[in-house]
Amino acid sequence: MPELKYLLFMGCVIPYRISSYEISTRKVLDKLGVEVVEMPEFNCCGLPLDPVNHDMMLTLAARNLCLAEQQNLNIVALCNGCFGTLNHVNKELKEDRKLRERVNGYLKEIGMEFKGTITVKHLIYVLAKDVGFEKIKDNVQKPLTQLRVAQHTGCHVIRPGKVVGFDDPENPTALKTLIKVTGAKCLDYMDETECCGAPIIGVNAEIPLQLAREKLDHIRAVGAQAMITVCPFCHMMYDLNQSRIERTFNEKFRIPVLHYSQLLGLAMGMSPDELAFKDLRVDASELVSLL
Amino acid sequence: MAETEKGEAKETEQRMVLKITDVDPRFKYEISKIPGAEKVMLCFQCGTCTADCPIARFSDFYRPRKLIRMTQLGLKDRLLSSDVIWLCSTCFTCIDHCPQDVGIADIIRALRNLSVRERDMPVVFKELASNILKTGYAYMIPELRLKKRAEEGLPLLPKANLENVAKLFDITGLSKILEKVGT
Ligand code: SF4
Ligand code: SF4
Repeated sequence: MPELKYLLFMGCVIPYRISSYEISTRKVLDKLGVEVVEMPEFNCCGLPLDPVNHDMMLTLAARNLCLAEQQNLNIVALCNGCFGTLNHVNKELKEDRKLRERVNGYLKEIGMEFKGTITVKHLIYVLAKDVGFEKIKDNVQKPLTQLRVAQHTGCHVIRPGKVVGFDDPENPTALKTLIKVTGAKCLDYMDETECCGAPIIGVNAEIPLQLAREKLDHIRAVGAQAMITVCPFCHMMYDLNQSRIERTFNEKFRIPVLHYSQLLGLAMGMSPDELAFKDLRVDASELVSLL
Repeated sequence: MAETEKGEAKETEQRMVLKITDVDPRFKYEISKIPGAEKVMLCFQCGTCTADCPIARFSDFYRPRKLIRMTQLGLKDRLLSSDVIWLCSTCFTCIDHCPQDVGIADIIRALRNLSVRERDMPVVFKELASNILKTGYAYMIPELRLKKRAEEGLPLLPKANLENVAKLFDITGLSKILEKVGT
């Protein structure tokens, strides 16, 4: 049994506008006996600057990895983007001596050195592997057997498959199993592994909105009462932008989008208030009334 | 829709006759020296990346296969001046599906980096960079949000070491780039 203690890497988007994810995750982890330690210092994981300057991304990521090494703690990330970036850079720097030397050359200027002593995990990896499905099941007090939901795992938590190597990138099952453990039914739907499109919304809004519309359509088609996400970017695309999608395409979806931590929290007996349901843009009160 | 019109214009532009003067035969070597882009010459143009690309499905002109071919041919100016390279959403589906293990999304990232160095970048990236330089965070987190955190019982957000961040901007050459393109 690994020690359930991690350095919490929240990223930028969650404190900026998706605190419901943070609030519910902290509550759920606490109740499961997972200890999280705050970052002593923080800078963006680096992902937003990869298109601009790859070395800058590498160095920003590496600086965060060094902070975790100094604390001798593995990182848990809640955002797919942060996880993908920190994990990829961590692995590359461990394996590629030349790259490590280059990045350490930059880090030396700020008195740091990447050593390669920690690992990076996404919240769902911590839940599925380190905590384990059994222990989660033991903590379910109110099985959500009335609910039928659909999951959206997202991209950077499964792809590139060769780099992440935790779940099957063609047919990811971790989140589905985590949903089933709560007692809710997890429905299959068309094109489950398709991207939310969020990374390009600042350059071109039309395409991501079409992508998100299509996913909501596929989810509605199988009769899901809610969508479950594990990334603040994905959540923004489907929750925050859902009314914009409805306006743009003249359609009605009204599909609540919950963070997995909110779904699990409900099953563990917490109230929607405790889990910051009021912060969701798409009203979930009808869903809650089913419980 | 605007997207389609722009797309048609792009199509015509890209179908222009190739002139030998448009081609930079060294470009493929320049690109393949960049980490992640080493395998650009292994692409045999099967089209799997385009077929499986979510952006290509909703765009009339975004075609990752074509971007790789243009890179192989050395159509440097056309590539680096095109808005098209900014449309990849880095979902990495193409990386997983390519039979030749060409790091398509990494090559597109390399093209973007070069385009930034030699030309400019979409304004959204200037904002992100400037926010990170000022706060360590990619978004300017409003005071109200910080106050609300306390009400919600959340711990203080970790602060950035802005001196370190600024230093990294300098030594990776990003500060110079930002200065050149203007913010
Ligand atoms: S899938 Fe690979 S080999 Fe096929 S066209 Fe795309 S990059 Fe080339
Ligand atoms: S990574 Fe980019 S090019 Fe590749 S499939 Fe995704 S959006 Fe298309």
